[in-house]
Amino acid sequence: MTLFTPRTEAEAAQIIADLALTKQTVTIQGGATRAGIGRPNQTEATISTVRLTGVTLHEPAELVISARGGATVSEVEATLAAKNQMLPFEPTDHRTLFGTRGEPSIGGVVAGNHSGPRRIQAGACRDSLIGVRIVNGRGEAIKSGGRVMKNVTGLDLAKLVTGSWGTLGLLTEVTFKVLPRPERTVTLLLKGLSDERAVAALSAALGSPFEPSAAAHLPAGLGKPLARTILRLEGFSISLDYRMGAFRRLLASYGELTLLEGEDSSRLWRGVRDCEFLAEPMDAAIWRISTAPTRAPAMVATITAAVPGARWFYDWGGGLIWLAMPATGDAASATVRAAVASGGGHATLIRAPRDLRASLDVFQPLGPLQMVTAGIKTGFDPSGIFEPGRMYAGM
Amino acid sequence: MSAIAFPVPDAAIMARRPAILAGLAKLVAPEALITHEDELRPYESDALTAFRKLPLAVALPSTTEEVAAVMRFCSQAGVPVVPRGSGTSLVGGATPQEDAVVIGVSKMNRIIEIDYANRTAKVQAGVTNLAITAAVMAGGFFYAPDPSSQLACSIGGNIAMNSGGAHCLKYGVTTNNVLGLKMVLLNGEIIEIGGDHLDSAGYDLLGLMIGSEGQLGIVTEATVRILRAAEGARPVLFGFPKPELAGAAVAAIIGAGIIPVAMEYMDKMAIAICEDFAHAGYPMDAEALLIIEVEGSEQEMDDQLVRIIEIARKHGVTTIKESKSAMETAAIWKGRKSAFGATGKIADYICMDGTIPTGRLPEVLTKIDELVKHYGLRVANVFHAGDGNLHPLVLYNINDPVERQKAEDCGLDILRLCVEVGGCLTGEHGVGVEKRDLMPVQFAKCDLDQQMRVRAVFDPKWLLNPAKVFPLEGRIAA
Repeated sequence: MTLFTPRTEAEAAQIIADLALTKQTVTIQGGATRAGIGRPNQTEATISTVRLTGVTLHEPAELVISARGGATVSEVEATLAAKNQMLPFEPTDHRTLFGTRGEPSIGGVVAGNHSGPRRIQAGACRDSLIGVRIVNGRGEAIKSGGRVMKNVTGLDLAKLVTGSWGTLGLLTEVTFKVLPRPERTVTLLLKGLSDERAVAALSAALGSPFEPSAAAHLPAGLGKPLARTILRLEGFSISLDYRMGAFRRLLASYGELTLLEGEDSSRLWRGVRDCEFLAEPMDAAIWRISTAPTRAPAMVATITAAVPGARWFYDWGGGLIWLAMPATGDAASATVRAAVASGGGHATLIRAPRDLRASLDVFQPLGPLQMVTAGIKTGFDPSGIFEPGRMYAGM
Repeated sequence: MSAIAFPVPDAAIMARRPAILAGLAKLVAPEALITHEDELRPYESDALTAFRKLPLAVALPSTTEEVAAVMRFCSQAGVPVVPRGSGTSLVGGATPQEDAVVIGVSKMNRIIEIDYANRTAKVQAGVTNLAITAAVMAGGFFYAPDPSSQLACSIGGNIAMNSGGAHCLKYGVTTNNVLGLKMVLLNGEIIEIGGDHLDSAGYDLLGLMIGSEGQLGIVTEATVRILRAAEGARPVLFGFPKPELAGAAVAAIIGAGIIPVAMEYMDKMAIAICEDFAHAGYPMDAEALLIIEVEGSEQEMDDQLVRIIEIARKHGVTTIKESKSAMETAAIWKGRKSAFGATGKIADYICMDGTIPTGRLPEVLTKIDELVKHYGLRVANVFHAGDGNLHPLVLYNINDPVERQKAEDCGLDILRLCVEVGGCLTGEHGVGVEKRDLMPVQFAKCDLDQQMRVRAVFDPKWLLNPAKVFPLEGRIAA
């Protein structure tokens, strides 16, 4: 196994061109904090972005930031915070879930489209990303998008590489549109609701004009004896005062709203963002399902009826289900896949022992999109050197 | 623009026209197949009327299956296909060609399902942008992207061009508001991407399809996000004595952590043209006008406006005029959204659509002014100030060939300028025919090659909207 640590995009391009020539397969590594996601693969080389670092552009008045692929998320966030700004999509941090150390890279965030609770209001990583530079499997450094907010020039390859888990190319630079940090953040809490009632409350809140920036439900026993249904409001203080009153009226039939602010509020949302509630025990399998919010409780009921010992919670107003289940047998794969097939959406086996990830579909099976997906992969990486099999067997 | 070449029509295909028409006649109802020259005439161009080509035929299918049948037939017969929504493209996205069949989705105009609890609507591709909002308005919801042509343009066309609008500063463009697609590939295969959930599985094919300008397939259905409308919205007019001051005020508002739902800029000439058309009460003495819209409860709007007005005052604002009624609000937006149409009443114009980093605004405005003067022409500037998406309207007389050439050259120079300062050729209209040959200004060969390698997965023979987006030279097939 050869380890490459290019300092520049040109150097990375040369390394990849050489690897392509001899058809040597390669792992792309950022902070390696999420190396356990995806199908396990063995490659002949690793390219680490550890030296491809630094914020390359930050124009606060234009709400834009660029960084090299290996820049740490913490550096990007600190740069923004210094100007009272933030990444809109609230990138997830999987270190607790995987028990990993080190610093997540911004390229790794894009490669997995890792988006947190604010996704429902401000969009996913793919929505904030306005430009990329990548090295494709031919060893060509190419760009898509740029540094301006609105850009429809040519095919949107930036979106295509977001969430491609390194299988299409090496991200050498990424550019995001950003947002001002809110003046104030509060969390409103409802206690003791069933999953169905909780999702109904969250749907009512998200269908109101009062713009929650996050909406989640933590069933009973997840950290607290009583179920917690939580809404986050962000904005100017005077506006939040008004909206809190509006929510008290809107959600009166669901119970009394408790207010959380400061560290109590931010710690709770960090827990939701990073799936901390399900991190222990570390040997449990973790599934992540995206579906329509109102269908989520029934889907969970179907799955958990078949799997004793399952634990779960909902983000994205109910539309994102996190499930922890015993990693025995097929880690409930057949049950989850069947429930998603009938309820709609997609499921990813985020955490599981290596042998399970090797034998199961980790990502949602492609079905009719198999041909198109394989064609795109070949279009970027004709020799098939990038992360073979990481997403799909044989691709 | 007359200099932009189309591929020479394939004489062999044209010679087979009777057989092609006979084949199509078996696939769609008689009234859904247009073959007579007079009836083909309305389809000879889109809103970029400088290009007119009569297609072989126009098919107007009523179902996804009919679209699939026509696509399969055309691909097997090797006949080019030009998809069409409502034909409002400003860049020739739907310009036909003589050896092509146009597939229009205008008959597929049904709202299939509205799901308020999950905040989605499933619609057919021919539904107009505004019809989606109209369908969900009763529930207090709206569909966010709002191109100026929203009364006429179809969601299928919006998806093809990744359309924007005045309110995307807060709500994003089409690609941020679509969750699922049903579409027909060139071989007639029907695929579904995404659904009514967030973020589709696997590669982001939704992101790829949206803005692909009808080159990868034909969308027949879409599931879009619908949003609950704010309790109220209030646009305010801010008149400035100098364009730079307006530009600096925009930067300062964003710098203060305020993202208004819209920030629109008009220069003196645009103000005059639009005021004459809409009588919106625009300040005629101002050199630059910002329309800034805030939304929320009365109290929230008041609070935001206090902050914005304080910033505007620091930047020498000379007029501040708040909308006092729904009628005034409508008039203010009518003026802005009619900018192109109103300009068309006083002169012919070329509308540019580049985006620039907003920090370069004062410099770019000065340079546009110099360019226009250099060519001896006039320009009206309207643009989305918050996101740097410029729409300079270069005025000229279409009956004067020399002036027409000057206007075309001037427009191209403006787009080159946008790219030079770090921006792009098109912010929301698309590349189409109009900017096709400028693509190498923004992209290196390997950038375009990579795009074409992805394109080739869907259309290796260049049959789908083939004259668009990519320069005719150096094309990559399968």
